[in-house]
Amino acid sequence: MTKADRDTGSRQGLSGRRAFLGLAAAGVGGVLLAPGVHLMEIAQAAVPGPSPGASPKVRWGLLIDTTRCAPGCTDCVDACNTENGLSGGTRPTDSQWIRKVEIKEIRTGRSQSVPVMCQHCAEPPCVDVCPTGASFKRADGIVLVDRHSCIGCRYCVMACPYKARSFVHEPLVDQKADVPRGKGCVEGCTLCVHRIDKGQGPACVEACTKAGHQAMLFGDLNDPQSEIARRVHELATTQLRADLRLDPGVRYQGL
Amino acid sequence: MKQTLDGFYTLEERIFYVLLLLGGGLTLLGLTAARSVEEHGHVITGMTNQVVWGLPHVFAIFLIVAASGVLNVASIGSVFGEKLYKPRAPLSGLLCVAMLGGGLMVLMLDLGRPERLIVAATHYNFKSVFAWNVFLYSGMVGIVAVYLWTMFERRMNRWSKAAGLAALVWRFALTTGTGSIFGFLVARQAYQSALLAPLFIVLSFAWGLAVFLVVQSAMYAWNGQRLPEAVQKRMARLLGVFVAGALYLVGVYHLTNLYFARQSAFEAFILLGQGDASSEFPALFWAGYVALGALAPLVLLLHPRLGGPRCTLAASALVVLGAFALLYVFIIGGQAFPLEIFPGHVVTSSFGDGVIEHYRPSLPELLLGLGGIGAAFVLTAIGVRVLDFLPQDDFAALGMAGKD
Amino acid sequence: MRSLRAVAVVSVFALAGVLAAATAGGADGRAGTGSLQPPIEAARSGPCLADPGFMRRNHPDLLRHRRDETVHLGARDARTGLKACVGCHASTGTGSVASARTDFCVSCHSYAAVQVDCFECHASRPEATAVIAPDALHAGGAEAGPGSPLHQASRGEVAP
Repeated sequence: MTKADRDTGSRQGLSGRRAFLGLAAAGVGGVLLAPGVHLMEIAQAAVPGPSPGASPKVRWGLLIDTTRCAPGCTDCVDACNTENGLSGGTRPTDSQWIRKVEIKEIRTGRSQSVPVMCQHCAEPPCVDVCPTGASFKRADGIVLVDRHSCIGCRYCVMACPYKARSFVHEPLVDQKADVPRGKGCVEGCTLCVHRIDKGQGPACVEACTKAGHQAMLFGDLNDPQSEIARRVHELATTQLRADLRLDPGVRYQGL
Repeated sequence: MKQTLDGFYTLEERIFYVLLLLGGGLTLLGLTAARSVEEHGHVITGMTNQVVWGLPHVFAIFLIVAASGVLNVASIGSVFGEKLYKPRAPLSGLLCVAMLGGGLMVLMLDLGRPERLIVAATHYNFKSVFAWNVFLYSGMVGIVAVYLWTMFERRMNRWSKAAGLAALVWRFALTTGTGSIFGFLVARQAYQSALLAPLFIVLSFAWGLAVFLVVQSAMYAWNGQRLPEAVQKRMARLLGVFVAGALYLVGVYHLTNLYFARQSAFEAFILLGQGDASSEFPALFWAGYVALGALAPLVLLLHPRLGGPRCTLAASALVVLGAFALLYVFIIGGQAFPLEIFPGHVVTSSFGDGVIEHYRPSLPELLLGLGGIGAAFVLTAIGVRVLDFLPQDDFAALGMAGKD
Repeated sequence: MRSLRAVAVVSVFALAGVLAAATAGGADGRAGTGSLQPPIEAARSGPCLADPGFMRRNHPDLLRHRRDETVHLGARDARTGLKACVGCHASTGTGSVASARTDFCVSCHSYAAVQVDCFECHASRPEATAVIAPDALHAGGAEAGPGSPLHQASRGEVAP
């Protein structure tokens, strides 16, 4: 074959090859896509949807009466640890969703014992800074971490004024079925959202009430008939770091 | 240094392989450390629930801020038309991309879930500066690539000014974004300041130029040549101006804080070590940053009897060391100081409230940070070896005039 | 050229053949009788939400979509929650869906070489000693009440 023949031949071959590859690609694409198209029809018809969840008309909140909080009492902390499967350890790398903070005013010497957890702010700085939107505020005011999207950057931990968030530093085992949590994600108090969605209250409030301290109250701040709404209407209550204007859903009485 | 067959100056083969081995080895160590942290969790590092950003972030933020600043050299050439800087522009662009890559590598490997990077790339909360930074950082690489192309491709040379301007504007946005990572945090006394964005911009000028001068000196030294005195003196003076500007802004930041009663405890902790006798932050700040990282370089660069090439190199190295000291105090000192949840109260708890955290960096963190530097090193070495990033005109001129 | 065409034709047919075989092999729900199939332990009780073929193809979408609804909207459904899946599919030997290589989720996923990181966070064992009753799957979404054994606040280990 002369060079000219080879050139012509290869050019023809080239266009022939191209045509064939194009056809083959179309064929393979069709073979791969067709089952998916068929299955999408099935999927949409199959399993009916779940029940409606959080309502924007509700705003869950806590009212904590610090005059009834005894120093050294950790009923709320223990209940939280048990309910959520936390280790209860106090190493700097252990997760703590709620802790008792013993405070003493410098000038007057007045001491108190205060449980501090995620304040479930209406304007949460942790939600603003999360790059993936994993830290989010639910319609009913509960601030949560969607661990499916959390990449573990810890920016929300930097942003929270209350040190409410913890980062999971080690692999975890034996998590509670209702409370999935794992290494590399950030977590914090969920107001026991898995219990709230069943009509119950948070474990800490239940434990405090059961033990007779009556220091914690949970309810819907938006419902004027609820006990919590009536109490914050009547009594003087404060929010932690109210100057930051984050409007937390957790209020304190007696501070 | 030698001339290739195509006539452009590049690294000698032996030197190149040594650099590759050193940088590659460092990068490998960093990757091993990252793998170890990924497997065992961050419990093997020194980071805790109080100090969540540690030594790797010091390295990463240095690399990213310096990367943005090193492009300054190119901007002065392209945008402001200073002929002396034009031959340096390609190297400056390469260093920008290399350091940005190294810094991002460290940041991404330190994530709690680095395998979820695709989630970060597909889910955005645009109220977050981090989300904006994903675009700013990757966009920077793209813009610098285009900029380099306009400089290398003769037919595109007339566009290099426009590309340089785009790079300059993007760089300002990027560094503002980096400073705002901290500036937007209302919770911490060390941050929550609008001053941090411009502070980071001036710091980027100083650190970027210092890194460029170190790299440039090395390249010239390997060629057995010296930078022309006029160029060297100008760049030295410029670095002096940037260092002074940065020192000024750091001073204003602390002075303002001292005026606020609610910030006084934090300032006393950082500047005087009050509240923790063994605190390393005052030493790092005063000796590491102010004395060694700012005042000494100023003397070396601007004193009439000093300011020669060796002084410039020493000053640049000191500026880089001072950068690490400042970032360590800023990032880690800012977290070590406890959050003020109950102003006017003394607090204790099981979660470290009211207590100053003793952060001790661990080996995996150091290796990861060094790995980022190694990666930047490798990218620069490969770039300089394979393409004509070195200041070609300078070498050509020096080659024709004979060794100085 | 001719050989290239031949190779391309053969590979297209081979691809089609493999796809056909995989689809056919998957649809009839045999539990690991062929040596090429992963061992699949039978579930503890009753039929699943849909037939095995459908579940095999669609469980990623079901899981992903439902989880967003549950987490972000608080819309929970006892039948489609991961707990229900784990309750039924946990191995009788290990009591888990993800601890041994023959456990339900891990078996197929290691066969298909698709990493599943659900159980880094989610419990792979049913809670306490309770097993999701078969009725719950058909009863139309009513979650067990507060008094039920499912909600004992204990760190329950392996089931039956």
